Amino acid sequence: MTHISVKVDGTTYEDEVEPRLLLIHYLRDRLGLTGTPIGCDTSNCGACTVELDGTAVKSCTVLAVQADGSEVTTVQGLAHDGELTALQRAFHERHALQCGYCTPGMIMAARDLLREHPHPTPDEVRHGLEGNLCRCTGYQNIVRAVLDVSEEEEVTA
Amino acid sequence: MIETVAREVGRARPRKEDAHLITGQTNWTDNISVNGLLHLAILRSPMAHARIDRVDVSAALERPGVIAAFSGRDVAEAMGSLPCAWPVAEDTVVPDHPPIAVDEVRYAGDPVAVVVARDRYTAADALEAVEVDYTPLPAALDIESALAEGTALVHSDKGTNRCYDYHSASGDYEAAKARADVVLTRRYHQQRLIPTAMEPRSVVVTPRAASGDFTLYSSTQIPHVLRVLLAVTTGIPENKIRVVAPDVGGGFGSKLQVYGEEVITLVLAKRLGRPLKWTESRSEANVATHHGRSQVQDIEVAARRDGTLLGLKVSLLADMGAYLMLLTPGIPILGASMYPAIYKMGAYEFSCTGVFTNRTPIDAYRGAGRPEATFAIERIMDDLAAELGMDPVDLRRHNWIRHEEFPYTTIAGLTYDSGNYEAATDKALALFDYDKLRAEQADRVDHADTVRLGIGVSTYTEMCGLAPSRWLGEMRYAAGGWEAASIRVLPTGKVEVVTGTSPHGQGHVTSWSQIAADALGVPFEDVEVMHGDTMLAPHGMDTYGSRSLVIGGVAVHEAARKVVDKARKVAAHLLEANEADLDFADGAFSVKGSPEARKTIQEVAFATFASHDLPDGMEPSINAEHVLDPDTFSFPHGTHLCAVEVDTETGAAHIRSYVCVDDVGKVINPMIVEGQLHGGIAQGIAQALYEEAVYDEEGNLVTGTLADYLVPGAPDLPEFVSDRTETPATSNPLGVKGVGEAGTIASTPAVVNAVVDALRPFGVQDIRMPCTPERVWQALRSGQSGQSGKEASA
Amino acid sequence: MIPPAFEYACPSSVDEAVRMLADAGEDAKVLAGGQSLLPLMRLRLAFPELVVDVNRIPELRGVREDGDALVIGAMTTHHDVIADPLVRRHAGLLAATTSTVADPAVRHRGTLGGSLAHADPAGDLPAVVLVMDGELVAQGPRGRRTIPAREFFVDYLQSALAPDELLVEVRIPKAEGWGFRYEKFHRVAQAWPIVGVAALVRRDDGHIAEARVGLTNMGTTPLRAPAAEEALSGAGDPDAVAQAAQEAAQGTRPSQDTSASPEYRAHLARVLTKRAVLAAAGMG
Repeated sequence: MTHISVKVDGTTYEDEVEPRLLLIHYLRDRLGLTGTPIGCDTSNCGACTVELDGTAVKSCTVLAVQADGSEVTTVQGLAHDGELTALQRAFHERHALQCGYCTPGMIMAARDLLREHPHPTPDEVRHGLEGNLCRCTGYQNIVRAVLDVSEEEEVTA
Repeated sequence: MIETVAREVGRARPRKEDAHLITGQTNWTDNISVNGLLHLAILRSPMAHARIDRVDVSAALERPGVIAAFSGRDVAEAMGSLPCAWPVAEDTVVPDHPPIAVDEVRYAGDPVAVVVARDRYTAADALEAVEVDYTPLPAALDIESALAEGTALVHSDKGTNRCYDYHSASGDYEAAKARADVVLTRRYHQQRLIPTAMEPRSVVVTPRAASGDFTLYSSTQIPHVLRVLLAVTTGIPENKIRVVAPDVGGGFGSKLQVYGEEVITLVLAKRLGRPLKWTESRSEANVATHHGRSQVQDIEVAARRDGTLLGLKVSLLADMGAYLMLLTPGIPILGASMYPAIYKMGAYEFSCTGVFTNRTPIDAYRGAGRPEATFAIERIMDDLAAELGMDPVDLRRHNWIRHEEFPYTTIAGLTYDSGNYEAATDKALALFDYDKLRAEQADRVDHADTVRLGIGVSTYTEMCGLAPSRWLGEMRYAAGGWEAASIRVLPTGKVEVVTGTSPHGQGHVTSWSQIAADALGVPFEDVEVMHGDTMLAPHGMDTYGSRSLVIGGVAVHEAARKVVDKARKVAAHLLEANEADLDFADGAFSVKGSPEARKTIQEVAFATFASHDLPDGMEPSINAEHVLDPDTFSFPHGTHLCAVEVDTETGAAHIRSYVCVDDVGKVINPMIVEGQLHGGIAQGIAQALYEEAVYDEEGNLVTGTLADYLVPGAPDLPEFVSDRTETPATSNPLGVKGVGEAGTIASTPAVVNAVVDALRPFGVQDIRMPCTPERVWQALRSGQSGQSGKEASA
Repeated sequence: MIPPAFEYACPSSVDEAVRMLADAGEDAKVLAGGQSLLPLMRLRLAFPELVVDVNRIPELRGVREDGDALVIGAMTTHHDVIADPLVRRHAGLLAATTSTVADPAVRHRGTLGGSLAHADPAGDLPAVVLVMDGELVAQGPRGRRTIPAREFFVDYLQSALAPDELLVEVRIPKAEGWGFRYEKFHRVAQAWPIVGVAALVRRDDGHIAEARVGLTNMGTTPLRAPAAEEALSGAGDPDAVAQAAQEAAQGTRPSQDTSASPEYRAHLARVLTKRAVLAAAGMG
């Protein structure tokens, strides 16, 4: 067991964990933060994407011990006092989700994309989201939602 | 007579479902945790076919944290055989299907043993301590050779790999063929697909030992059907089982199933008296969740020189996989009536042989039988046009049912109520700029451009709204096709809609709210929709086959009509007027001629709750249920056009533009309809270009993870240009037709037709799906049909 | 799926890491970005007894100049390689190719050194480092040694690193005045390349003075295409380049798998070599 201290969505947690514990299982099974789901074994689907110290990572491919001393933001940490972020609103307004399983990862990946490219082209949006699979939408409305946010003057994704 | 103001129906309402999904406040089955929850893990066969000589779980049991471990034999009696509800022919061979294999494993992935442990990590480790001795047996791995003499038998006790033969015929095909100027014969291959809903399956069972009842949560499309069949399979009384489908992360048919894992988790929770969870990993899902398609299609068309179709003959070999699951035998038969599609002809013969192979069972995948049918007819229509030197659109126009001919009974015996193929096609051609693209295509041929343009046409229809119960009975399907809805107007005027459909992404909560809001004249925001729980919504037939809106949504409308009828009696009493003298509009009853005398439906609901002054003999409720059994199917249609650029140096096919004009009848929520089409088209394109479940020579799935099974990502798909025509269905009061599968059905042939169209100048007649760059390159090299059977890679 | 249990060590210096590896022998695995290792462990295709996580060794990260070479710390992430101004200026081929590796989230974790040490012939970066005449610096109990890229990739998933050695930095000669291109051919955006071709071209007086061609996924290791390189020398027009590119697959033995046959891979190598060289030479 290894001792870790991780700040997740603003709260600091101290835990003893097995080194092999994946960050996604730490979030889901230990902290009960089930907003971030798991979709594959090979880091292809991106459903488990969270932010680790401000950049998007696939939490199925990071060990919980590696997050020791770090800050993690999940989809559950985005809205404050019921106030959705611009991306969350855009996903809703553009019908960028159907079953919603890929949505947490897709939103976290889109945040990352907009940080790096605040005003992307449609093609850049598609490539920026290439690590996140969606089986419902055909991606078109997801691309629209991200572009909507990028067109807003100040990016507060 | 209800007079509703169409305030909600037709509006692009953002969905009520989204709020919890975009904030992570989800309730996927794997999110569920209760005190004392144990985790179940399943050891699966690494071989396609083997005798099980020994299963020893004792070492697993010795590991700390392991509560129980069982072989198939340990639990066979309690688990029964998994059900098949659709034995399509009288003599269908239905093998025994134990949820955990007992004597033999019959596909790589067949469960062999289970362990139950305190957490998922301990359970995963314990699997490695289970010892199994196998004697490998020869396997049947190919549909086309499964019936050949000497091929290994999947079920040796049955003496054959033939599951069934099914035939139907209408008109005299041989006579039609004799009269034909042209007879075209093709063999198309529907590759095996893995449905790949983003949420892997999960089951949680919480038992209450004292009363002997169980709640089973499952990522299922069919909580109601599942409840019935769990009871039948396990012997646990139906009224002791509650099934809940919480948030379900996509299905596409793959969760229209009664899975062994559901039975295993229920039976072991009962045996152990402890809550149990099983969640599959993606690599487990790829072998354990049923697959789709996997057919060999022989199709022959007889036509006159001017393009007039005379007859069609279809003969299928349909892969069942190793066992019959819930609907396995029926999937190809669901397509039987769709081969003649939108075309008039005088003769049609259909036959299908189901065959067992040592691979993961096949069952419904988005479209289920109808995409296969549409692919074959739309591919051969393009081939026939090429053969006759006609434009493929002109050939279709020459043969399709004209809009003034509806209702029209096809040679397959279905009566299409409405449609306008001309309108949809004309609109699509204009959006696509068809003539300009044809000119560019010719130009590239003239200049021997290394990048060629191909244009693919698909004018599809489908049968939606599965299904009239009587028809299902004739087809030997065990259940009915009705759907239930009930509506409660609460004392405070808020409305609860309880639906028997079980959405998993389709937006029923929003659409049903729109339907109910209009029918009752109440605000959209005042409607709550409950679903997916046999305790809250006890009456239902669930969600599959583009049935939900056409049956379940219409049932909501009809239940609302009953509510209004009941409320009218109360309102008439309160207003001291005759029922016949009341108008109902915008949620209020008013007396004809004196509009100030009015009662809103909310007021009527409260008056009914108080019940102080109701008409004599009236029961104090305006709530109502409606169970709708449709008389017929609905028939959405549309025209999809695809332009593909094929790089003749590498063989890569790139979709340059994609236009679809769909006619799904009246539209409840255009944003949801568009979304359904986008996603459907994406899955159809995936079949055309990317996806295939590949097995090696030993019968192991090679495409076992998402690193090998190529689900397209955002950069791999084009921007779709979509539009609609609206020809209302005449078979239901909302005029709706359904949309869940349309995109998938339409797009696959449009894309493959485009790829082949680009390659025709090189003598290429077909490319087997998925049209990989290598297959295109091989076809270009040999300058002949890619369907000659020679495959460079499996 | 769930990785098997292992001991975990998180050294804070290279020396400490090397000591740990030396003590553990064959049963230890270095955890760099983890983007290949952790999936392999989850699928239970790798069972290390000890995982030495080198993510908290600051000296392994960053890019600096050393005379005519760039020195890139082994644990520099793909994301940082792409963004680094020195890499963009002096090793454009590396920056451009790295931006095609996997996807943005994976590039935040995955590292240059990890990709090279994994020695996957389907990885994009080994062929690039090979074509740039890179050198790999390893540290072991007996000190540091520098391994030329052409000696580093030994076999499928096998590098020249000894079990007790840690890859610490990658030295890349500055490629001033060379045109470059990486042509990656894959079936979907996030899939591994069926074949990739890295080209570096130096032009002189309208002709190709020198061309280097590296091949991804054309054998059990990344390869150079010497016959094509030789034939390209002096090529002055697209036809000559196309002709020379016909030699690209000479001597290769590409594998057969679900995505391609050997003969198709050989064909792709020729087509992609032509395209990469034309683009690198500004003739495309």
